[in-house]
Amino acid sequence: MNKVVSKRQFSENVVGLDIEAPRIAKARRAGHFVMVRVDEKGERIPLTISSADVQRGTITLVIQKVGVSSRKLTALEPGDMVHDLVGPLGHATEVKKYGTVLCCGGGVGVAPLLPIVEAMKAAGNRVISVIAARNKELVILEDQIRAHSDEVLVMTDDGSYGRKGLITEGMESIIEREKIDQAVIIGPGIMMKFASLTTKKHNIPSIASLNTIMVDGTGMCGACRVTVGGKTRFVCVDGPEFDAHEVDFDEMLSRLNGYKDEEQKADQEYSCQVDKK
Amino acid sequence: MDNRADYLKAERSAEWREALRKTMKNKERTAQLRVHMPEAPAQERARSYVEVNSGLTAPIAMKEASRCIDCPDPTCISGCPVNINIPKFVKNIERGEFLEAARTLKETNALPAVCGRVCPQEKQCEANCFYTLKLKAEPVAIGYLERFAADYEQNSGAISIPEVAPANGMKIAVVGSGPAGLAFAGDMAKLGYEVHILEALHEIGGVLKYGIPEFRLPNKVVDVEIESLRKMGVKFETNFIVGKTATIDDLREEGFKGFFVSSGAGLPRFMNIPGENLVGILSSNEYLTRVNLMGASRQGMDTPVMRGKRVAVIGGGNTAMDSVRTALRLGAEKATIIYRRSLEEMPARVEEVKHAQEEGVEFLTLNNPIEYLGDDKGKVKQIRLQKMELGEPDASGRRSPRPVEGSEYLIDADTVVVSVGVSPNPLIPQSLPDLKVSRWGTIEVDPETLQSSIPDIFAGGDIVRGGATVILAMGDGRRAAAGMHQYLQNAR
Ligand SMILES: Cc1cc2nc3c(=O)[nH]c(=O)nc-3n(C[C@H](O)[C@H](O)[C@H](O)COP(=O)(O)OP(=O)(O)OC[C@H]3O[C@@H](n4cnc5c(N)ncnc54)[C@H](O)[C@@H]3O)c2cc1C
Ligand code: FES
Repeated sequence: MNKVVSKRQFSENVVGLDIEAPRIAKARRAGHFVMVRVDEKGERIPLTISSADVQRGTITLVIQKVGVSSRKLTALEPGDMVHDLVGPLGHATEVKKYGTVLCCGGGVGVAPLLPIVEAMKAAGNRVISVIAARNKELVILEDQIRAHSDEVLVMTDDGSYGRKGLITEGMESIIEREKIDQAVIIGPGIMMKFASLTTKKHNIPSIASLNTIMVDGTGMCGACRVTVGGKTRFVCVDGPEFDAHEVDFDEMLSRLNGYKDEEQKADQEYSCQVDKK
Repeated sequence: MDNRADYLKAERSAEWREALRKTMKNKERTAQLRVHMPEAPAQERARSYVEVNSGLTAPIAMKEASRCIDCPDPTCISGCPVNINIPKFVKNIERGEFLEAARTLKETNALPAVCGRVCPQEKQCEANCFYTLKLKAEPVAIGYLERFAADYEQNSGAISIPEVAPANGMKIAVVGSGPAGLAFAGDMAKLGYEVHILEALHEIGGVLKYGIPEFRLPNKVVDVEIESLRKMGVKFETNFIVGKTATIDDLREEGFKGFFVSSGAGLPRFMNIPGENLVGILSSNEYLTRVNLMGASRQGMDTPVMRGKRVAVIGGGNTAMDSVRTALRLGAEKATIIYRRSLEEMPARVEEVKHAQEEGVEFLTLNNPIEYLGDDKGKVKQIRLQKMELGEPDASGRRSPRPVEGSEYLIDADTVVVSVGVSPNPLIPQSLPDLKVSRWGTIEVDPETLQSSIPDIFAGGDIVRGGATVILAMGDGRRAAAGMHQYLQNAR
């Protein structure tokens, strides 16, 4: 059991939770994730560690409401308990001095991007961040990203904030202007697919952090498998970051939808329960 | 070994054993037929999670025990990986001393209620029974009797908690809570060590919990054993991945003096054939974990599971049988085993194959998948199979299958469970560069003491053997405890 010590509401659907986990706070590096089971009935879901406070012994998770588990998590208040929390999992990001790094985050992908932006900056890189969301309400962690970037470009699909357009348009405008040595791409599958096509076109080495379905997160089940460079890899233990240009995003997208029907049903049942309360 | 033989002989000449042998002529004993295990009817059970075998009643167990002629040279014992004193426990059942029978089991077996249910007795003790060897008759049902005595004790409320030596002030860590780790912990606690079991998952029990289904091994049977360990002072910490949450070095700093790595062979293997990553194709570990650990089949649980109508399971081991029978319970209309050898070579326990057949599982033996075909949404729709024939026996003694040219054909399937073996869990070896591992990723240990190349680290169970059995894992745990105890005493 791990206690929630504080909570921040980033937008209607996005919440940040600081959770007590002293060992994880100490061991974690940028790029690591944890598996969370909110209560006895909950699924185990992967969440990237957005930041950590070793002194306080807490880690911060940023959660967007999508299904039952994430809704249960975002409903937690300070003092509440998370039933199970395990980590840190996965390989840490390879942080070194590349030169200029383009950090691209879509939607809630900005949360896992934040520790990488921070670490890349600390390693002496020039960091340009492009963060994108459907609309103004969904732009998260802008200030925190700004604090560790040399430049930030915000894109919204509807133009309600920052510049209007898709993330790839924002990326193109920067790539046209200056030499990029490395790109980091995190976000919804479809955004990662197109963002990585963009960097591929310009021959920019890129890593993508994949967010597949997971069950255990320790290499035990293979639910998280993806094809990278023609080989099957397990995201939880071989990743979560891979060479973005080698990932079979189409396969990943179809596997992500594998449990759509079951999830929708669970979601409806959960909504009914909540409505009844 | 001589000591052991003398000991067995001395026990055999105990007064009560002598007397019991005289109560019945051997002819009468051997004239009796082996009992049948009472089972839930196949049609009913195939759609529910009730335990299939319901266990023997006391009178029937006593009668079965009376078949055993209490041989002067009990060959059955040599078939048991942990050398249970089989005649002694069986004779105790015959005379109605069921708790004493359970105590006899526990002299060498830390988890008798589990082993009575999942051991491949037909290849071990029962294969070496006098009846099998000399009379060419059905062996004494040693497995059923083991389960009977262990269940009797569990249900009696009079579970004997082994005596624990005074605390010796030494802290020991166990990595993984499967049968190897549990058996090790029990023995070390008895010796007075402070034992901490660190488990990656949120449940204690390893494969016993996440793998083997409820209809074969109810969780509560495992929980009783875990509770006994708790009463002996063993501490459990779940959600703790050694090598990630803390390293062995961190733990050394925290004062741990010895480590037993029993992290299992949890990594699923796939066949790397085209289409294997289609939606609807999953490992048996994923399938069973969703149902057993995450409760996906139960109302109100959040974790989903594919409820296929036509489910194909690839493989012939226990895991494959558990998966295919789980598929029936999840509502499959057709559940099929696809195995590249014949029924005879199947590594699964004979009883599981029989149960699967009774429940209506279809067996496509001498068939091997070579490709999966999907629909336009990337979901599996068909399997391309190739017929196989058996050639010469291979290294494992099983006849090796080879493809029949031009025999390919398609079958329909909406869910495919791949159950073709597991590999050792690499987390610990990865985090310890100095640890010697084999080509297959198993940890190399001294065969007697189970000490690894790093002196304070011992290892056993599937992480050393690759996928093996519960009883072997448990036996390893006990030997490692003896090995580590000696090492720590010498180091003092
Ligand atoms: C479905 C299935 C059915 C089976 N049926 C039978 C049967 O009928 N009869 C039989 O004899 N055998 C059977 N087996 C095999 C048997 O279960 C195994 O041989 C046995 O469980 C191995 O025990 P173990 O203690 O070595 O490992 P496991 O039971 O695998 O336990 C290992 C534990 O270690 C944990 N772990 C791994 N890495 C770490 C880490 N770094 N830190 C902390 N914890 C860690 C894992 O989460 C796991 O809980 C079956 C196996 C399966 C999968
Ligand atoms: S989540 Fe189970 S293997 Fe990766």
